[in-house]
Amino acid sequence: MPGTANIIAMKKIVQQLRLEAGINRVKVSQAAADLQQFCLQNAQQDPLLNGMSSSNNPFRPHRACSFL
Amino acid sequence: MGEMEQLRKEAESLKDQINAARKAVQDTTLQEAAAGVAVVGRVQMKTRKTLRGHLAKIYAMHWATDSKLCVSASQDGKLIVWDSVTTNKVNAIPLKSSWVMTCAYAPSGNLVACGGLDNMCSIYNLKGKDGNVKVMRELAAHTGYLSCCRFISDTEIITSSGDCTCILWDIETGTQKTVYAGHQGDCMSLAVSPDFNFFISGACDFTSKLWDIREGTCRQTFPGHESDVNAIGFFPNGNAVITGSDDTTCKLFDLRADQELITYQDSSVMCGVTSLAPSLSGRLILAGYDDFNVNIWDALKAERVGVLAGHDNRVSCIGVSADGMACCTGSWDSFLKIWN
Repeated sequence: MPGTANIIAMKKIVQQLRLEAGINRVKVSQAAADLQQFCLQNAQQDPLLNGMSSSNNPFRPHRACSFL
Repeated sequence: MGEMEQLRKEAESLKDQINAARKAVQDTTLQEAAAGVAVVGRVQMKTRKTLRGHLAKIYAMHWATDSKLCVSASQDGKLIVWDSVTTNKVNAIPLKSSWVMTCAYAPSGNLVACGGLDNMCSIYNLKGKDGNVKVMRELAAHTGYLSCCRFISDTEIITSSGDCTCILWDIETGTQKTVYAGHQGDCMSLAVSPDFNFFISGACDFTSKLWDIREGTCRQTFPGHESDVNAIGFFPNGNAVITGSDDTTCKLFDLRADQELITYQDSSVMCGVTSLAPSLSGRLILAGYDDFNVNIWDALKAERVGVLAGHDNRVSCIGVSADGMACCTGSWDSFLKIWN
């Protein structure tokens, strides 16, 4: 029957939705606070956020000293 | 007839239930919670290196875990492994199929992978005995294009496909371990969690899904985008997901609150997001767009704090190195650029 495949697919969708409906959720205030804390705690170690001196930058060419 | 209608009703009721449960924990917004945090100052990065060598559009790039080497894939039919500091090409691997859409570097540094319109994921051994780089495995089973791939280890890789599924492969035997089915549209990208227990996928059904790698199940589904989700990444603490879409926005979804916390958008941004990567602390989100630019967003304040302009065509891929020292962009203009 052509309808059976659709019903099987729909049953899977319903089963998945049941699973997802049942999970525990943390309050947004908690989640937001944790994200914020992570950012702030790791800010000092974030080179793209802070920038770096040329001596610490592996991609910045050293000024070469030449002996004349 | 009756059963289908019943199932549809049940599905709608469950969706309402999920929405209500999400609202029930929405005691604030990220915007409100971060009100006391100052916006990051203007971020200005310069192109430090330009990696030249590809002869056609670059579709993908991925950093090696050493933060020095990276691999790129171009529709000139080559995978190139670059030393990003010296700009030397360490390997130039000719591909059987030039229609490549993704590439990946194994965490060990021993293998790279790629795939595309050939529907296959090809694994290459960079450390072969005779020094030649050869195809080690061809993982074939997807019935649609390979959009993304990411190694879990030297023996396992996850792929996402235009056939709407993702697959976990055993590289040694070349067989499928797990098929992750559920998306109702082409899977466009995937990202593995920092603890390697989960992965997330973004698809053309406008949603992202969180999958338990070992259980093979979808844990959570995140709707919200109004078009294809092209790019996806984990926030560095593994508790949130960042997505980029053809709807011109990026969004942050928190896994534990099971909902969207914030949208990164600006009226001046009118084109789709192709790629994204967070900085080491997660405070910055770098996103590549169809308008040839990369926008840098303050993740907590949702304000644009910088732009990387330098490519002459669409930015197709972006990656931040593991040590957070540099960002690499790849473009349809055939160049890769290293910025910091």
